[in-house]
Amino acid sequence: MRKLLLSMLLSMGFGQALYADMEDDPLTTMFLMDRFEVLNNAENIRVWEGSFWIGYDIDKLYLYSEGEATTDELESSQNELVYSRAIAAFWDAQIGLAYDKNTDASKTWAEVAISGLAPYYFESRAALLVNGDGNVGLRLDTEYEALFTQKLILTPSLEADFYTKDDAKLSIGSGLSNIEAGLRLRYEIRREFAPYIGVTWEKTFGNTRDYNPVDETNFLLGLRFWF
Amino acid sequence: MDGVPGITFDGIDPGETFTYTFKVRQHGTYWYHSHSGFQEQTGVYGAIVIKPKRKEPFRFDRDYVVLLSDWSDEKPNTIYKKLKQMSDYYNFSQRTVGTFIDEVKKKGLSTAFNDRKMWNQMRMNDGDISDVTGYTYTYLMNGENPTTQFKALFRKGQKIRLRFVNAAAMTFFDVRIPGLKMTVVAADGNHVKPVSVDEFRIGVAETYDVIVQPRSNKAYALFAQSIERSGYALGSLTPDGHTLAKAPSMDSVPKLTMVDMGMDMSSMGHGGGMKCSSGMKMPNKKAMKKYKFKAMEDQKYPITKLPMKRGLHTTMMAMSPKYRLDDPGVGLRNNGRKVLTYADLKNRYSTRKHRKPDREIVLHLTGNMERYMWSINGIKYADAKPLQFHYGERLRITFINDTMMNHPMHLHGMWSDLETGDDNRLVRKHTVIVQPGSKISYRVTVDAKGAWAYHCHLLYHMAGMFRKVVVT
Repeated sequence: MRKLLLSMLLSMGFGQALYADMEDDPLTTMFLMDRFEVLNNAENIRVWEGSFWIGYDIDKLYLYSEGEATTDELESSQNELVYSRAIAAFWDAQIGLAYDKNTDASKTWAEVAISGLAPYYFESRAALLVNGDGNVGLRLDTEYEALFTQKLILTPSLEADFYTKDDAKLSIGSGLSNIEAGLRLRYEIRREFAPYIGVTWEKTFGNTRDYNPVDETNFLLGLRFWF
Repeated sequence: MDGVPGITFDGIDPGETFTYTFKVRQHGTYWYHSHSGFQEQTGVYGAIVIKPKRKEPFRFDRDYVVLLSDWSDEKPNTIYKKLKQMSDYYNFSQRTVGTFIDEVKKKGLSTAFNDRKMWNQMRMNDGDISDVTGYTYTYLMNGENPTTQFKALFRKGQKIRLRFVNAAAMTFFDVRIPGLKMTVVAADGNHVKPVSVDEFRIGVAETYDVIVQPRSNKAYALFAQSIERSGYALGSLTPDGHTLAKAPSMDSVPKLTMVDMGMDMSSMGHGGGMKCSSGMKMPNKKAMKKYKFKAMEDQKYPITKLPMKRGLHTTMMAMSPKYRLDDPGVGLRNNGRKVLTYADLKNRYSTRKHRKPDREIVLHLTGNMERYMWSINGIKYADAKPLQFHYGERLRITFINDTMMNHPMHLHGMWSDLETGDDNRLVRKHTVIVQPGSKISYRVTVDAKGAWAYHCHLLYHMAGMFRKVVVT
C-alpha cells in the first residue's frame, strides 16, 4: 500500500519546479467531514461521511470514508482510495480501491468512478466496483445545495446502490440494493463550520431486504466541517 | 529595467540591495510593487509621481495621491488555498431560493426557469463578480481604513488634482465624490482629453488623474466601493482637516447578464435564438442599440495564429464577443450618473502619425472558476510557449474575454495604445480592462528588446493568466 501511494504521488508530479517565481498550482489538501451526525432512533446511530484529498488542479488523491456506528461498536463502513484526474471542465475520472467492512466481514473492490458537478449544480458521483467474487456494484450519489440565505443552506441528497450478485456476509443482494434520501439544513457559522439538522429516509430492496430489512425515517443532528 | 523575477532578473534576496537605474522618459502618476509570490497583497507597493519637465496643459492648486488597496489579515497563501478548495469561499452575494421566487413572481415560473436555464446548464453564477471580497478585505485609501479616513485639505474654489492609483491585489473600485464632477485628465500616467464624469471604474494597476473643484466649505467623500459592493475605501476632501464626510450608501449588488456572457443581444429580437456550448436556445430580449464599433471590427491585419486549447481549462466561450468600449460595465449600467467608459478616453495629443499595425494576434482570456484555474487561450503559463514579438514592429493585440470576470491586462516594457473609437486619438495605457464576454484591441510599438511579462493584474489570476513575451 505504501508503495502504491508513493508511486501515485510520484506519477502526479509532486515536487515540480517553480516557474517564474509564481506557483499557479501549489500542492493543496482538503479535509471535509460532510456529515458527522447522530440519528434520533432507538440505537442513536452515529453516521459519518467524509473525504480527504491531496494534490493539484488536475491530479488528486482522494480518500473517502462513510459508515455507521452504535454507541459501542462500528457497524459498517465503506472506504475508498482513488487517484482522481480532471478529464473535463467539471468532471474527474477516478480509479482505485474500495474497502467495505461490517461486523462480520470485509471486502476489497477495484473501482472506477466519475465525479463532478452536473448541469444545474448537482454534485454527483457514480462508482463502478468489482470484487474477487465477480460481484459488480454501482453506487450513485447526488446532492444539491439550495441557499435560503448566504449561510442557511438546504442540501437534498439521493444515493442508490446496485449489485449483480448476492453477498450475505456483507448483507448485499443483487439488483437495487438500497436507496437513501436526505434533507439537511445547515447554518454556516463560518464556511468551514456548520451545524445542521436533517431527516433521512433509507430503504433496502430485494435480497438486501431479506438480509437486512430497513425502511426507516430518522431525524438527525450533525456537524459539517472542513479545513 | 523591470522586476519580474525569473523573466527580467533574478529577484532581490532578503538583505540584498538592488539599485534600479533607468532613464525617465515620461511623467505622470505611476506605482511600483513586488512581483514575487504574493508580496503585493502584504503591502509591498507604493505610488510614483514623476514631475513633468514642462508645465502641464491644465491648472491645479493642490495635488494628492489617492492610492487604493485591499488589506487582509489572512496570509495570501491561505486566501489562494481557500480559493482552490472552494472558489466561491469569499462570495456572500450568491443567488438564493428567494432570488428565484422573486423572479417567478415577476415573470412567471416557466420564464423564470428558462432564464436560468443557460446559467444552470453552464454552471455559471451571475453573482460571480469578485473572487475575494470584503469578507476578508478591508479597503484602504492611502493606508487609511474607512473609519480613520485619508484626509485631503482644500480651500473652497481651489482646483484639486487627485491621482488615483489602484494598488489592490484583487479589487476593482468604482470611484466617485458625491457632489463633485471629476475632470479626468490622465489615464495610466498619460494625458487624455479632459472629460467630466461623476464616477469611474478603476481596474487593478490602472491610474487616473482627475481634477475637482469644491465650491462649498464642507467635507466631500472620496468614495471607492468595491465592484461587488462588499465594502469600500473612504476618505475626505476636508476644508479644515477634521470635518469628515459620511460615506454614501453602496449600490446594490451587481448581477451579470447575458451581455457579460458574450451573447449577441442584437440578434435576439428576430426570434433567432443563440446557441451556447450546451446547445440550447436563448430567450428573446430587446434588441440592443446599434453597434458603434463596427469600424474596429472591420480592421483587418494579417493574424498570427497562436496555440489554443478548449478543454478543462475553459468553461465558457464568448459566442459573439463585441467591442463594448461605451459599456460602463456590470454594476454601473444605467445608474443615473455619468460613468467614465473607455469610449470617453481620447489621447490629448494626435496619434494620426502612428504606424498602422503590421500584424495582429488574438488572445482569449480563459478560466475554470469551479477549479479556480486561469489561463490564456486555454493554456496556463506553466504550459505555454513565450509570445514572440519582433523588435520594431507595430502589433495589434485583440483580447477576447471568455470568462465572466473583468481582467486588467498588463503588458510590461511597452505601451498599449488602446483603440477607443478614434485611431487619431489612441489612448496610451499600461493596463487595460477586458470586460467579461467582450473584446478589445490595442496596438503596441515593439520598441524594447528582451523578455517581458504579460498578465492579468489580479493577483490570484496572475500565475496562470500570464505569458512571457520575448522581443527579438
